[in-house]
Amino acid sequence: MLTLSHFLILGAILFAISVVGIFLNRKNLIIILMSIELMLLAVNMNFIAFSHYMQDLAGQVFVFFILTVAAAESAIGLAILVVLFRNLKTIHVDDLDSLKG
Amino acid sequence: MEMQKLYLLVPLAPLVGAAIAGLFCRVIPRWLAHTVTIAGVAVACLASYVIFKDVMAGNTYNGPVYQWLTSGDYHFEVGFLIDQLTVTMMLVVTSVSLMVHIYTIGYMQDDPGYNRFFSYISLFTFSMLMLVMSNNFMQLFFGWEAVGLVSYLLIGFWYTRPTAIFANLKAFLVNRVGDFGFILGIGLVLAHFGTLDYAAVFAKAPELAGNTTLALFGEGEGVALMTAICILLFIGAMGKSAQVPLHVWLPDSMEGPTPISALIHAATMVTAGIFMVARMSPLFELSNTALSFVIVIGSITALFMGFLGIIQNDIKRVVAYSTLSQLGYMTVALGVSAYSVAIFHLMTHAFFKALLFLGAGSVIIGMHHDQDIRNMGGLRKYMPITWITSLVGSLALIGTPFFSGFYSKDSIIESVALSHLPGAGFAYFSVMAGVFVTAFYSFRMYFLVFHGEERFGKAADHDAHAAHARTDAHDDHSAHGDAAAHHADDTHAEEHHGLAPGQKPHETPWVVTLPLVMLAIPSVIIGYIGIEPMLFGDFFKGAIFVDTEAHPVMEELAHHFHGAFAMATHAVTTAVFWLALLGVALSWFFYMKRPDIPAAIKSRCGPLYTLLENKYYFDKFNDVVFAGGARLLGRGLWKGGDAGLIDGIIVNGSVGLVRWFAAVARLFQSGHIYHYAFTMIIGVFVLMTLWVTRA
Amino acid sequence: MTLAEMQFQTPELRLASAEIFMLVMACLILMLDLFVKDRKRTVTFVATQLTLVGAAVVTFATTSGDIGYTFSNMYVGDLLGDVLKLLLYLTVIVVLFYSRGYILERPQMARGEYYALTLFATLGMMVMISANHFLTVYLGLELLSLSLYAMVAMNRDSVPATEAAMKYFVLGALASGLLLYGMSMIYGATGTLEITAVAERLYMGQVDRGILVFGLVFLVSGIAFKLGVVPFHMWIPDVYHGAPTAVTLFIATAPKLAAFAIVVRMLVNGLIVMAPDWQMMLILLSVLSMAIGNIAAIAQTNLKRMLAYSAISHMGFMLLGMVTGVANGDARFALNAYSSSMFYVVTYVLTSAGTFGMILLLARGGLESDELEDLKGLNKRSPWFAAMMMMMMFSMAGIPFFVGFFAKFSVLQAVVAAGYLWLALVAVFFSLIGCFYYLRVVKIMYFDQPTNSLPIIAPLDMKILMSANGLAVALLGIFPQALMSICAFALLRSL
Repeated sequence: MLTLSHFLILGAILFAISVVGIFLNRKNLIIILMSIELMLLAVNMNFIAFSHYMQDLAGQVFVFFILTVAAAESAIGLAILVVLFRNLKTIHVDDLDSLKG
Repeated sequence: MEMQKLYLLVPLAPLVGAAIAGLFCRVIPRWLAHTVTIAGVAVACLASYVIFKDVMAGNTYNGPVYQWLTSGDYHFEVGFLIDQLTVTMMLVVTSVSLMVHIYTIGYMQDDPGYNRFFSYISLFTFSMLMLVMSNNFMQLFFGWEAVGLVSYLLIGFWYTRPTAIFANLKAFLVNRVGDFGFILGIGLVLAHFGTLDYAAVFAKAPELAGNTTLALFGEGEGVALMTAICILLFIGAMGKSAQVPLHVWLPDSMEGPTPISALIHAATMVTAGIFMVARMSPLFELSNTALSFVIVIGSITALFMGFLGIIQNDIKRVVAYSTLSQLGYMTVALGVSAYSVAIFHLMTHAFFKALLFLGAGSVIIGMHHDQDIRNMGGLRKYMPITWITSLVGSLALIGTPFFSGFYSKDSIIESVALSHLPGAGFAYFSVMAGVFVTAFYSFRMYFLVFHGEERFGKAADHDAHAAHARTDAHDDHSAHGDAAAHHADDTHAEEHHGLAPGQKPHETPWVVTLPLVMLAIPSVIIGYIGIEPMLFGDFFKGAIFVDTEAHPVMEELAHHFHGAFAMATHAVTTAVFWLALLGVALSWFFYMKRPDIPAAIKSRCGPLYTLLENKYYFDKFNDVVFAGGARLLGRGLWKGGDAGLIDGIIVNGSVGLVRWFAAVARLFQSGHIYHYAFTMIIGVFVLMTLWVTRA
Repeated sequence: MTLAEMQFQTPELRLASAEIFMLVMACLILMLDLFVKDRKRTVTFVATQLTLVGAAVVTFATTSGDIGYTFSNMYVGDLLGDVLKLLLYLTVIVVLFYSRGYILERPQMARGEYYALTLFATLGMMVMISANHFLTVYLGLELLSLSLYAMVAMNRDSVPATEAAMKYFVLGALASGLLLYGMSMIYGATGTLEITAVAERLYMGQVDRGILVFGLVFLVSGIAFKLGVVPFHMWIPDVYHGAPTAVTLFIATAPKLAAFAIVVRMLVNGLIVMAPDWQMMLILLSVLSMAIGNIAAIAQTNLKRMLAYSAISHMGFMLLGMVTGVANGDARFALNAYSSSMFYVVTYVLTSAGTFGMILLLARGGLESDELEDLKGLNKRSPWFAAMMMMMMFSMAGIPFFVGFFAKFSVLQAVVAAGYLWLALVAVFFSLIGCFYYLRVVKIMYFDQPTNSLPIIAPLDMKILMSANGLAVALLGIFPQALMSICAFALLRSL
């Protein structure tokens, strides 16, 4: 029997993986974009689990919106990535350090 | 409602003029600057007159105009209290100011700072009006400081002259001493009354006066609250109204252009202290100690400052010392609870003293900016209007019957005679002797300037003038001051010039003489008209409070009064009249008939003369004790405290620390996304540990 | 669910008419721009400004002073929202005027999309301001953020701008993730996403407190990112610095109003029962922000970067008002405290607009002029603008009697009234440190010799606006009462 806690823990693990993916990864910017997607999915998992166990549809509706926004976000993210690549000729995370201090 | 708009118009009209002339002083032409400022003041003057009529009809007003700030239970408001006292002051301020504005067109004709000057005097008018119209201590203090500021700016108007800079610095510092007492007084009021509104404070005062004492040194003996408040407030008045020992700035303030000497340092600003005490009469009435203090300070000022007038040679300084002495008279009147008499004298004095100053200014223009009366003489032929008006002013000043000064000054002397407060006896002697002294120095100046031998245009003129510059440039600033004064002569040639040999003085243009005539009229008649309603009628009822039980001076004075005409005719039988006459006669004898006598006295009474020459050593004392002490203390604090402890350890240390932190903080901003994300996650993590574990 | 329950109710559109108007107009302008041949896009610019004015008219016309809900309670219309929206339009209008000259000199930016994005971002902020549901908050926030990411990257040949956009995007996405995670937890704890319903359930106590606090931490983190307070501030210096100054001006002003709105909506309207918890969190963040912001600003040589740190410290200071609403279970001072915060935000936006506007004014010929060096001897080049800048700096430093002083003063008053004297002292201490770098700017303007003696040329509209902005900073310092009353009244009618 799967309880709510199982889903919440799964959600937390996914969230943690994505967060770690953002700050541990020093190579490819695309991995960061993927981590962001994963994070949103982790949140979706939470919403759906709560929604299911509370018999309340609002959470699932929320998920649809998150999915839509995530798509828009990816589009913008990739667009910025392309522009950045044109300027820097690299998408190495470490190379993004001209602004600091 | 209509009237309230009019109340607002009175201070705002000069402010608008000042703003236009001030903000655009580099772009607008001269005629525009004086037109807008004069228009502003004229509007204020007219409005004041309308308000005067309205107040006479019995419509007084007390209310807020704008709430500026609320701090806890304290409200700081801009508000107006319009009553008989206020409206008298408004009329005096706006009408004298208007005259001075017009006069300035002539006086400042060649000055490069023309627009700036107009802006300043309009700003002054605004500040002074805010001061007198205030209904609370906060705004009073604002006006108080604002007039002080403008006074400072105007004394140093010719800012390239070192003597002017010293003078304005001195005025500023001395006034700070007074303001220190003043703001302490206001602070005490706020602490004990919980409000700064006049009406509320006055209503609560009798109740608090009875049993409240301030413990000075821990428990036990204390000072009555009212005494402390009144004396502190009066210290403020001493600074502003130049009472001994805070009078030292006023003679030096004559470094400023003459119109402002007339407006600020004779007619209006210096009387702010007198006005303030009259306004606070419900508080002062509660403390006999404070009243005695006021009497003593006032009488010292009245007599001893008069003596100094005798030996001055700078025409403006003679008038300045007479102002000091007259301020002393007003203060004495306040002390004996004859507030209305003080205000009455304030009003008459404003007119005749402004007249005297403007007359002196006219003489100075005629003499091409030579101010030494020893270089004048016989000017009545060349400057008839100035001569007549100055004579009128002098007669008013010495209290010739029927002239305005007679009524106010005689009333002061009588009320002093009737008072039984401690110090009143000494005051009576002082004011009586003062009458003689006043007559003597006034007519000494008058005779030396307008009569006798023509001493101007001599070849020796410039040497004499140099000597004059040396003695008049601050005695206390020794060598530096001298060098500076000479320097000033070179740079501001138009200021210390004098007539070339053979050149004759000339009468001044109409913009100068018109104000003289306009001021001469009230100087003659206003006493005769005003004395009955102002002193013995109900005029100040409600505006000035006198505890008639404890201080019945005014009531008794009323018994002796049988009309203005009778008072003047009766004067011939009093000692006052004869003392004045004696003074005039003696000055005529000394300076017209036997000029050798004063010279002989001068050489015989060396020490006395030196004492007067050095103005009782007040400046010297201040310079050595206060300035020297402060410098010593300052140097000690600077070397040891500031340079060592504060700069070395606290400032540089903490600056170093902050800079170090800043450098460290910059390191955190490494530029790497993963560091940034990590910081955020750490933040979430810390918050989570702190709260989730707790929950 | 039965059929009977599935009745469709037409939502009350009146409350959202300004948003609908803005949406329609933004889309129309996007299309209109296709037909504009003019390189300067004057038509688009004018249409955008007219849209903002129109939105203001609509908002003003539909304001009723009462609280109304629509779209199944997802959306609230109240006086607070209307006041904030009106201020928002005003800010955006001013921002667009200031930016006009700057973007015209940059062909990449002088495009219709710039205006469309500005309008969409404004729409996002309007939705945030009127949100009564976590979904609405999220959608508004994303609409704002996505538009801003694009705007930062708009000058696409600039390396710093694209780098800033990437950083902003990644950290912003992370922050949205945190916020969403928090929302999901609060949803789980209370069973609803509707903010007022959350408040009711919390009040009745039918909640799982463990999950709730868990959610609260994430929610506060998400909000803190939007406000830019430590430690969620790392994006601020880089984005302010790297973004084109016109966009920095936009980011530094309008979104602060929206961020204040979501603090009020989510924390005050929704989670007031949890006030002791989130107040403590915000105190922590606020003290850290004032410390780091003021200290790090000292070491900066770039004006935009310095102002970025100053923004961090200001937001920290603003939060002080939010943390003192409820003291020991006593909410007597809440209105005072929140309105002082609102006053602080509004005046900060005003001052900040003027300061960044000044950088735009100095930037000419396609070059930035954002180093402290560039201000050297400004007084010699233009005494008037130097005086304006000085007033802004004095206001930011909190010198009496500029508006910043009253903002700080009223917040501190609220803090002291709530019994947090130590907090007030800390705030004053860091403000004093902060004075240093503001006054340094004044010193540079007035006492250093100019390296660049070019006179300052600016279009007339900008000169007038800049002067009005500077004078407003001074005048509001003398007459703060009206704006203070508006803030207090709006909150009174809406809480």
